Amino acid sequence: MLEATARAPAGPVLWEETLPGGAHWSGVMRRGTALRFTDIEGGANLSALFWNFEEKSERYNMPDTLKAQHTAFLTRGHCGFSDMGRVLFSIVEDTAGWNDTICGVIDDATMTARFGKKRFQEHRNDMHRSGREGLLKEMGRWGLGKRDLHANVNFFSKVTTDADGNLSLCAATRPRAYVDVRFDMDVLLAITAAPHPLTEMGVYVPKPVKLTAWRAGIAPADDYCRNSRSENQRAFVNTARYFAD
Amino acid sequence: MLVESRLDPEAAVVNEVCAAGEPWMKEIRKGQIFRILDLEGNQAVDTLFYNAHDTEERYSAIDTIQRQRNLYLGVGTRLISTEGNAMLTIIADNCGRHDTLGGACAQESNTIRYALNKRFMHACRDNFMCAIQHDYRHGMSKRDITHNINFFMNVPVTPAGGLTFEDGISAPGKYVEMRAEMDVMCLISNCPQLNNPCNAYNPTPIRLLIWDQQSA
Repeated sequence: MLEATARAPAGPVLWEETLPGGAHWSGVMRRGTALRFTDIEGGANLSALFWNFEEKSERYNMPDTLKAQHTAFLTRGHCGFSDMGRVLFSIVEDTAGWNDTICGVIDDATMTARFGKKRFQEHRNDMHRSGREGLLKEMGRWGLGKRDLHANVNFFSKVTTDADGNLSLCAATRPRAYVDVRFDMDVLLAITAAPHPLTEMGVYVPKPVKLTAWRAGIAPADDYCRNSRSENQRAFVNTARYFAD
Repeated sequence: MLVESRLDPEAAVVNEVCAAGEPWMKEIRKGQIFRILDLEGNQAVDTLFYNAHDTEERYSAIDTIQRQRNLYLGVGTRLISTEGNAMLTIIADNCGRHDTLGGACAQESNTIRYALNKRFMHACRDNFMCAIQHDYRHGMSKRDITHNINFFMNVPVTPAGGLTFEDGISAPGKYVEMRAEMDVMCLISNCPQLNNPCNAYNPTPIRLLIWDQQSA
């Protein structure tokens, strides 16, 4: 694993915000902006969904993303493809090394089974919040609902498989690991810092994630993610046609 | 795990052939048994399931993987819905492994995977679009086309996280059989992909059978 010594974002920082563990957020990330997700304490999970803000039936497509890049996880050099064959986002830096996208998001029933139930009435903002409910609450703000809830990315979470397909959630990332995501279209982003769905039974202690936004610019011709595979080059051609570049 | 079926095709209430490259849509009632038969081998059967009474609840690849903590579908797999309910249970299978990570082919993803000029070849997405455009009962749109099952496809993931479409492990006469745990609507695209060696570049027909509830 790489040492998590943060390099400064390569552009002017627009804003920063810390998402408390278990909390959720959504917003529009314009084309050419980037977000750094920083796992401040180590052991965070950040479940994320992505849509084309202009036409929200276009969305991140996990199978298309994985099969085109011949990978079962995401890291630096990978792009997130939409179902319309375009690049929604690129992972331009990743000191965590492995971001899961096949296990989905934790729901209320699984949360309660693993961690017990804590309501607002008794626990105020220390209540237990599931990732699925957090995403649905954010999606509702933009007119989206359950029909739009598809396979998400779980940043910072590593899930490996054995020869028979059995899955294991690996040890937590170190403190200050970060993933830099560049947005290659105008993207509606919804995120939740709820636990990964394979987190074992125990105490509910979801970790905070710092968000740092900056202006990265549109992917240049020599961009690492654009050129990491010929598949990615073609997806960037599709994206350029959409924007009439 | 391989488990043979003892059901007699003569007793099936539905027994139909779906040609290569065609969609197929039918309701399967709770308790009925549904078989997909690979007639000529290594045919990808891109399959979606919906709650027949509320299509907002539908098959969820990620919840199925998450609940069984395993990537592959086989005997004993419960196909889990977006609401966490078992929709169907796989009860017989003489193929051994089925995929739910690879998704369906689409004109758009073909431009990425193969070449920009592959856009105009027939793809599973067009079968799904065709089926839902003509289905006036459920009011579905592209938003409802979710990550599917690829019956008979072999998409192994390595411990290092590699993913490839390997040559199929299916063969003529291989089948998978499942019991409906709720009333479901099944939507199939019998895959027309001509760019992938996993089906020997040769899409072929499948047979679909349904039996009424079996007494123990």
